[in-house]
Amino acid sequence: MSSLQMPKVDKAIMSKKDKIALDLRGIINSKNVLSSPDELRPFETDGLTAYRQMPLLVVMPETVEEVSQILKYCNENKIKVVPRGAGTGLSGGSMPLEDCVLIAMGKFNKIIEIDYENRCVVTQPCVTNLAITHAVQDKGFYYAPDPSSQIACSIGGNVAENSGGVHSLKYGATTNNLLGIEVVLMDGTITRFGGKVMDAEGYDFLGLMTGSEGLLGVITEVTVKILKSPEVVKAALVGFPSIEDAGNCVAQIIAEGCIPAGMEIMDKALTKATNDYSKAGYPTDAEAMMIIEFDGTEHEVEAYIKKAKEIAERNNSSSLKISKSNEERLKFWAGRKAAFPACGVLAPDYMCMDGSIPRGKLAEVLNEISRLSKKYNLPVANAFHAGDGNLHPLIMFDANDKESLRKCEEFGADILKYCVKVGGALTGEHGVGIEKRELMCEAFNDKDIQQQLTIKVALDPNSLLNPGKVYPILRKCAEEGRVHVHGGKTKFPDIPRF
Amino acid sequence: MSMEEKQNSQTSLDFNQNIFKPSSREEIVEIVKNCYRRNIPLEINGLKSKNKIGRNFQSEKTLDLSHYKGIIDYKPEELYIKVKAGTPLKEIVEELSKNNQQLAFEPNDFGYVFSGESNSGSIGGVVSCNFAGSRRFKVGSARDHILGFQGINGKGETIKSGGTVVKNVTGYDLSKLISGSFGTLTILTELSIKVLPKPETSKTLVIKNPHLKKALSYLGKGLSSSTDPSGGVFYPDYFGKNFVLNDLTHEGGLTAIRIEGPTNSVEQRLNRLSKELGLLDQELSILDNEQSNIFWSRTKNLEVFKSLKSNLIRIVVPISETLQVIQKFKNYETRYFIDWGGSLIWASFDQLNTKILNEIKDIVKKHQGYITLIKVEEDLKASADIFTIDPIKYKISEKIKRSFDPKRIFNPGKMYTGI
Repeated sequence: MSSLQMPKVDKAIMSKKDKIALDLRGIINSKNVLSSPDELRPFETDGLTAYRQMPLLVVMPETVEEVSQILKYCNENKIKVVPRGAGTGLSGGSMPLEDCVLIAMGKFNKIIEIDYENRCVVTQPCVTNLAITHAVQDKGFYYAPDPSSQIACSIGGNVAENSGGVHSLKYGATTNNLLGIEVVLMDGTITRFGGKVMDAEGYDFLGLMTGSEGLLGVITEVTVKILKSPEVVKAALVGFPSIEDAGNCVAQIIAEGCIPAGMEIMDKALTKATNDYSKAGYPTDAEAMMIIEFDGTEHEVEAYIKKAKEIAERNNSSSLKISKSNEERLKFWAGRKAAFPACGVLAPDYMCMDGSIPRGKLAEVLNEISRLSKKYNLPVANAFHAGDGNLHPLIMFDANDKESLRKCEEFGADILKYCVKVGGALTGEHGVGIEKRELMCEAFNDKDIQQQLTIKVALDPNSLLNPGKVYPILRKCAEEGRVHVHGGKTKFPDIPRF
Repeated sequence: MSMEEKQNSQTSLDFNQNIFKPSSREEIVEIVKNCYRRNIPLEINGLKSKNKIGRNFQSEKTLDLSHYKGIIDYKPEELYIKVKAGTPLKEIVEELSKNNQQLAFEPNDFGYVFSGESNSGSIGGVVSCNFAGSRRFKVGSARDHILGFQGINGKGETIKSGGTVVKNVTGYDLSKLISGSFGTLTILTELSIKVLPKPETSKTLVIKNPHLKKALSYLGKGLSSSTDPSGGVFYPDYFGKNFVLNDLTHEGGLTAIRIEGPTNSVEQRLNRLSKELGLLDQELSILDNEQSNIFWSRTKNLEVFKSLKSNLIRIVVPISETLQVIQKFKNYETRYFIDWGGSLIWASFDQLNTKILNEIKDIVKKHQGYITLIKVEEDLKASADIFTIDPIKYKISEKIKRSFDPKRIFNPGKMYTGI
């Protein structure tokens, strides 16, 4: 994995490190330019810890004008730039390059305006996702997208990755909850896309920037919608004798017009592992376990829970519990949210995949994963955001055994290829980054990729902003693509990952 | 024989015609490749329901996509439908209805404004224009419902982005970029669209009130309440008579708030909403499911501006600015109504001229909004900017345009001069 190919290192840039540092210290407060190895080390990786690389320099701008001047300087001097928010991304989107200036946006950490009349929050990009909800919750509002790392991930990073979360089935991902951004382009141009109004006129650059993984601009301000918190939230915990039954239940709940706030499935292996780990009271004899959550007003939630219960029973549910209190509901979730650490107990290492599939293909894909598990002789546990078809298989292996690692990598790539084959996508919410870069040709042909690259070149002609990410360098489908965790130690072990 | 001649001799395309009506993707590719080679600008049309929106521009040939239609795949349980771009919206809506599903973003039907009768256009046109109806603030617009597309770029290459699954962050989200691009970036061929179940019940609380200030206060409170409304409009006095229904005999100004969902819950939320707004029984009417659907359909269709002789301007401002903007319009003879819970103003101005238009633009800009000229008199259309844009975004738009359509052959100048 360390053999990952990155864009060619510019030796001339490397040799001018001191000069570049000096120049940058002329642009921003000199203490905000980091250059010694000790200062640079904390930035060598993000949430995808399998890959590490020290940057040439780190800069920590404090204003949008500083960001603009840094980018302008780097553009004129052909220096690569990698933007970074909280560094919790799981696909290596903010992994540095050896010859890059890493722009760490950590000082952009203030909420600028809370505007209840227009139901939005204007914030700097390195405010955490959860901090936005915290800022408005006493007035009964919240920010809907809830990536599992929401206590640590930054809102700017959420925009760059178009982060989702457990509740994106009902409330959408970041792109659907975003009103505006201020962004600096590689040539230093400062501009705004959107604002406090919806569907701002002209080309939808707001939509283009969202999920562009830091390749098109550096986000310096974000305006998000806030919603009134639901009055009642209830969950049902349902066991099924087969994955097929659980899958059919999901399809029928959707077909009959209920859109739950969240709908999660775990297979037997993961149900057992998480239950042992968190004592969540799960039906460990069930082949599949499902959490269905509804939110809204009391009557609305009651009506939907009743319907979901009928549908579950029609699909042979073997057990069914409905939360009687918020505490009980959170207990239902506790096991699900402990899925990653629970797997850390079962094996020295695991890789988390992030494929997206049509909901109806769940049983088929899980059968294929099970077949591959036997073929590669590696155990696997599966978590699934069933409502929106986002599958997270956790492959267990031992990274100290090279053969085991190689098999795990092949296994992972086979899963993602199968996701694409059944009509799904390579990544549902973690992003492509460096991790799934070479698998892009599974999903797109050369013309598709070329069209995207042309857009990149239009905005960044020298390809200096976050190069080597998202788009294949090798143009062959190398077998890479997962979150690697060794000895249960993730980069941020205390951040929930689900 | 040169390679080019060889290619042409192998095809059946008669390039002398001025209007192409392709029924296959291969034909579209061939037309575009020819236009690309010969630098021939193309006007791209679906069902022409909205082709009067946008600037006038010169085009030698027209590409009419009305024959490129049909539902390719519809999976109700997967909540998506895949269609060819020329498919009439009406056909899609009818098909979805069979499974009690819908396109939740309620695209406007501009047929009433332009021709006095319904013409909801093709799905390609709906996406290309990205005008969403009353549910916008709750569910988003067309751009939020496009899961993926296939299109032909300006070189005649078939490109795709996205797919058919809801969660997909693989590569740039080009579906957003093509939504609202008025056919200037790519010729859409296939669209995969997210569909949603129709609500079990839809009811509407109608408050009889003639005053905008009061209306905006009702809408603000309603939309910020936990009753989860899915529509909020204000019609001034002069439009009240358009909404006389069985349970609504009032003919004056009105504020309407829609509540949708399971029947029990709708009743509960309606009761709560009227209490929270402090309404007396004589001030309000409740529209049942059927009447509610009629009311919102008339709103979506802009029926109060049916067969409009003069102009129609679409103005979007932050809700907090709406009152001031409307107050500033008092210097002009205006008829307007308000949608999107207070943020969208549909207005028609008497005696609109360049001077007045520029004043209106200044007002809207000062209040952080934007305006789009939907319908204007021809002489004004020739001289006015239909869409507003600042110089930086113009420069970026120009680059993006070139990245899709390097020779500017798709609807050149429809949005902006030079794009």
